[in-house]
Amino acid sequence: MEMVARQNKIRRIHPKKFALWISMLSMIMLFSAFTSAYIVQKAAGDWLQFPLPVEFFYSTGVILACSLFLHMAYKSFVNKNYLYYQLFWSVGLFLALLFVALQYQGWLHLNEWEIFVHTNQSSSFFVMLVGAHALHVLGGIAALMTSWILAFRKNTKEWSDKGQLRLELTCTYWHFVDVLWLYLLAFLWFQQ
Amino acid sequence: MADINVLEKEAHLSDHGDHHDDHHGDKYQSSFVDRYVFSQDHKTIAKQFLITGMMWAVIGSAMSIIFRIQLGYPDADISWLQPLLGGWIQIDPLTGVGKLDPQFYYALVTMHGTILVFFVLTAGLSGTFSNLLIPLQCGARDMASPMLNMLSYWFFFLAGAVLFISLFLNTGPFSGGWTGYPPLSGLPQASDGSKAGATLWILSLVFFVVSVLLGGINYITTVINMRTKGMHMFRLPLTIWAFLVTAILGLLSFPVLASGFFMLTFDRVLGTSFFLNEIFVAGEALTTRVGGSAILYQHLFWFLGHPEVYIIILPAMGLVSEVLSVHSRKPIFGYKAMVFSILAIGVLSFLVWAHHMYMTGMNPFIANIFILFTLIIAVPSAVKVFNWIATIWGGNIRINSASLFSIGFVSMFISGGLTGIFLGNAAIDIQQHDTYFVVAHFHIVMGVAAFFGMFAGIYHWFPRLYGRFMNETLGKIHFWGTIVGAYAIFGPMHYLGMAGVPRRYYSFAGFDSFSEFASMNEFITIAAIVTFAFQILFVVNFFYSMYKGKKQTEMNPWKATSLEWTAPVDCGHGNWEGEIPQVHRWPYDFGRHGRDFIPQTEPLAEGEVDGGH
Repeated sequence: MEMVARQNKIRRIHPKKFALWISMLSMIMLFSAFTSAYIVQKAAGDWLQFPLPVEFFYSTGVILACSLFLHMAYKSFVNKNYLYYQLFWSVGLFLALLFVALQYQGWLHLNEWEIFVHTNQSSSFFVMLVGAHALHVLGGIAALMTSWILAFRKNTKEWSDKGQLRLELTCTYWHFVDVLWLYLLAFLWFQQ
Repeated sequence: MADINVLEKEAHLSDHGDHHDDHHGDKYQSSFVDRYVFSQDHKTIAKQFLITGMMWAVIGSAMSIIFRIQLGYPDADISWLQPLLGGWIQIDPLTGVGKLDPQFYYALVTMHGTILVFFVLTAGLSGTFSNLLIPLQCGARDMASPMLNMLSYWFFFLAGAVLFISLFLNTGPFSGGWTGYPPLSGLPQASDGSKAGATLWILSLVFFVVSVLLGGINYITTVINMRTKGMHMFRLPLTIWAFLVTAILGLLSFPVLASGFFMLTFDRVLGTSFFLNEIFVAGEALTTRVGGSAILYQHLFWFLGHPEVYIIILPAMGLVSEVLSVHSRKPIFGYKAMVFSILAIGVLSFLVWAHHMYMTGMNPFIANIFILFTLIIAVPSAVKVFNWIATIWGGNIRINSASLFSIGFVSMFISGGLTGIFLGNAAIDIQQHDTYFVVAHFHIVMGVAAFFGMFAGIYHWFPRLYGRFMNETLGKIHFWGTIVGAYAIFGPMHYLGMAGVPRRYYSFAGFDSFSEFASMNEFITIAAIVTFAFQILFVVNFFYSMYKGKKQTEMNPWKATSLEWTAPVDCGHGNWEGEIPQVHRWPYDFGRHGRDFIPQTEPLAEGEVDGGH
């Protein structure tokens, strides 16, 4: 009896979900390395200070709203309310794309201030952090789009347990890049 | 009672349910491409890793022979190598004497390091055996995601292809050392090897990092989530513990290396100065490239670099533990101590990276902390060594290629580990830094020792891979040739190092103080060539045995207890026909209750206590 209980316990989490969680650990290590290097180099001096363009604060609101819509979409899916699912997921995808556009606008804003990638260590690190995050976001957008296309296809096989698992994985990943952005924003804010 | 039945049924269903999505029996691998090229069967992927690794081992070792010829016979005419190396052999138009291009010497050293550390001893060792043994010894039909597993191999293949292409560049492959320190690697104009060669080297290693991460995610998930019924963590063979911790180390440290590579690429391509400051190239100051720090790269590099040596040696330790126990017909001595040693080594490996950087001008008080942790690693390492010796002590040892290589591993690990205690101390390292003493140390402790673990694994699990045995006589000749040869190569290097002979020098012609070592260098070169010949013997034995070796007639030829020997000899994708076997005991029940061995699948008798507890 005890052994059977133990068996159920170790199988509680789906292997793919577990794999996603540990791959997040790996991404956390990547960003820890970047931000540690940032702190060390800043302490070494020769550091140009510049304020964060306002677009980055707008984009923060957008990515938070995006996470919220994706979560509502997922809940609608679980409740088999497919119309709402399609609606919320579409809004979520739109907000995700808007986030990337705003990040890019923020960068152009910095260019107007004559701040480029090679201007100073501080701007190089800035591009490195925001760029690496944007790449992770683009990976997430690819996953969002896949689900979006499947959701609107005729004769879709989307409404299955497998579909639900994919949505759960996608949402988890998206919330992760969301929190990662909050961390980076806070980091850059406090380093100012 | 009814409840128990329901629970058991559920457990049984989930047992297969988890795996079912990805397996559809043999129908799934119907075509040649699915079966042999883009295979998702972990056993085939293991073979792909092994054979690709062997190919790279031959290339990487052959490179070392070429630069050993330069070191042993600096005045010799090597124009006979021109058909192979082309323009990298410079022929003096007056005398007709052919010489190795110094630039290419550095490229060879760099490629030798990169290939052996990453492609052979990481991918070839952990890639092969994690893939082969994790599902089979844990009792799973395949990895958690066979698809990602396949991608892991093909990213490794891609990494290899890119590096291979770089060997044929007009400006030569990367030549800044396997560590790729900036500014040499950060500025394309720094040297010929820093041009396209460095770009391809970075690209290759980024692909390699992807491969390691995809593999590692799978290994960890499979070990944690997909063990068969009854296989709780303390019933896992030590191989699996070693692969698990190896994968965790890789997962946490390779992204840090990737971060260093991204910044290096920014420096090379976008004109940033992460790692560059106050640099002169060809007498000209690079006035716009200021503010960075080359030492920062070293920190990022060694934060991977040190765990990397444990990524290499832990799988070898796991394989050796298993092989020694099976072939001594004794339980592994101190199973739990072994497990906790692996875990301790894993944790400590993240706290010692700066012992590679004592000479960077770091604060000596900070160096003390790294000395302390470095020396503490000797404790779990010594626990393991004592346990291996205690395992074979009084055992009924079968002397065969696998057990000989395992014992050889212990010998190498002790010899190389002892010099590690010297080098771990900053006070001694300041003297020995960048000399042949360091070369001798790391080659013995993580190069040769890891190879010995790998050979032990190949000889032992060859039947599991190919259903045949390797030739024992050739195997034993291979062992004796290799152990004597390896000590003959690296033993004398300790003396060179203590005399101050620096590593990475093309020639010592300009240094009178080192001229007395010419004959010793010649001896080392001869030993290297002879040892290399013994490895070719192994390759011949490997491929010959694959087709003509003695056939495996019984399912469990070594009379081992673990699960991989309960699957049929020619099992297809999915490993077991019918249900996955259940596990009832730890994997080291040898010589218990007067029986030679008791398989893990045999239920505990009434009142019997599991051996692992």
